[in-house]
Amino acid sequence: MQLYLPIAEVSVNAFLLLGIGGIVGFLSGMFGVGGGFLITPLLFFIGIPPAVAVATGANQVVASSVSGVLAQMRRKAVDFRMGTVLLLGGFIGSGIGIWVFARLTALGQVDLFVQLSYVLFLGLIGAMMLQESLRAWFRNRSGAPVRRSHVHTWVHGLPFKMKFRASGLYISVLPPMAVGALVGFLAAIMGVGGGFIMVPAMIYLLGMPTKVVVGTSLYQIIFVTAFTTLMHAVTNQTVDIMLAMLLIVGGVIGAQFGTRVGVRLKAEQLRILLALLVLAVAGKIALDLLLQPAELFSVTPGLLP
Amino acid sequence: MRRLALILSLIAAPAMAEEKIVSGLSQNRVSITADFDGSELLIYGAVKREAPIPASKLEVIVTVEGPSTPLVIRKKDRVAGIWINRERVRIDAAPSFYAVATTGPLNSILSETDNLRHRITIPRAIRAIGLTGEARESDAFVDALLRIRRDNGAYRSMQGAVQLSDETLFRTDIVLPANLTEGEYKVRLFLTRDGRVVDHQDRVIFVRKEGLERFLFNLSREQPLLYGLLALALAGLAGWGASEAFRLLRR
Repeated sequence: MQLYLPIAEVSVNAFLLLGIGGIVGFLSGMFGVGGGFLITPLLFFIGIPPAVAVATGANQVVASSVSGVLAQMRRKAVDFRMGTVLLLGGFIGSGIGIWVFARLTALGQVDLFVQLSYVLFLGLIGAMMLQESLRAWFRNRSGAPVRRSHVHTWVHGLPFKMKFRASGLYISVLPPMAVGALVGFLAAIMGVGGGFIMVPAMIYLLGMPTKVVVGTSLYQIIFVTAFTTLMHAVTNQTVDIMLAMLLIVGGVIGAQFGTRVGVRLKAEQLRILLALLVLAVAGKIALDLLLQPAELFSVTPGLLP
Repeated sequence: MRRLALILSLIAAPAMAEEKIVSGLSQNRVSITADFDGSELLIYGAVKREAPIPASKLEVIVTVEGPSTPLVIRKKDRVAGIWINRERVRIDAAPSFYAVATTGPLNSILSETDNLRHRITIPRAIRAIGLTGEARESDAFVDALLRIRRDNGAYRSMQGAVQLSDETLFRTDIVLPANLTEGEYKVRLFLTRDGRVVDHQDRVIFVRKEGLERFLFNLSREQPLLYGLLALALAGLAGWGASEAFRLLRR
């Protein structure tokens, strides 16, 4: 069944969109990532204009995150206090990111910047997570004593300390704010929620327990992507509701299944799988940059400022 | 005597006027609705003449041209091992769609002079419209535009796609793609003999979004904040709805 999308101005198969939404939603619920880093490249691939893909991808992430957070809340796995601190940082980062995005669009280098960010961040995070989670997995299997996850570092010496009961932490608000700002910045320029950075940063940098990480990350992603969607709708008018609704219907259903599966898997297994997924996406984008493209020229409608 | 001459000349005048096109379109407006999946356009017509058919062969050319938009063409270059956009060329206006259907090979049924005058072939139609100084110098960029748009079906040359019977009736089908741009589509019909255009006619087709498509598109342009909030509300509702639905299912 072909469907004409009013803003993207292309006709695509409705079931293909439902399927993409479903797969991404499943992964989203399972890993606590918004899935934007998968959905945006997938939409490029089926021929949706990049600007529409980035904005609409953010809109779809809002829905799958709401669905995921509600499931996590019933398990009391959301640290609202931590989420709110992260969010404050997120808005600051997002504001800067939208300004940078506009500058780079004018220079015609936004594609390159987005691709480089994907390769750099996904590659780095993926490799770090894979290495750490594999080590933890082997340690568990060999039966060696588990090291305490909560270790005192320089992070704990910073001022403005705050108690985060759900996470069992008493740390300064500065590191979560910085993490939030970085993620907000990436959300605006990459069209992603930033869960793939947020989740490892919360585990390794802030020392939060893995159980509350997924829910808290999703909670923060709702607001950052909602802000991004609104900004794109107002400044670029590139949010396609029709496209978003199809992705969402597939996505919310997928997210519910994903959450169930995620609960059954061990934390290390979950992290290994997420790391492999992140690395695969990074590898694919790196190849696109390194290999000579079949068509050197590209045509972009619109005026240069 | 004078009156007779006048009457004779009046009778002779229409006979001297050559062949005229009488044409019809299967539709003069195309509505883009939610299930729009391209559209087939039938262009048909007849040749009106009051003199015997001349000896030379009659040929018909039909062109359909979509609304023009400004463009930027960029070229990738290898810098420090990775491929990035380097040079660019602006084009003030290039049609978003261009199809030319003919009864025979264009280079034999149309002279270069008349092609120049009427801008019929794809390269003529594209190049003539709005190339800036910088684009004129870089042919490779314009060639790339033609190549890319030919490959994705936006520019089409269909030689031999017009059927002409008895040197009088002609028809052709032009498929409009699913990713149409809104606006006025110009249809031009040409009759040629010995490569010379003997008559031509212009028609217009209006392509417009309708129904829900129209509503959403207008809302996104006129009330972007409201549209954005609507998108968010729908997303939130869908997320909450799915969560509730699954909770009930599990009971």
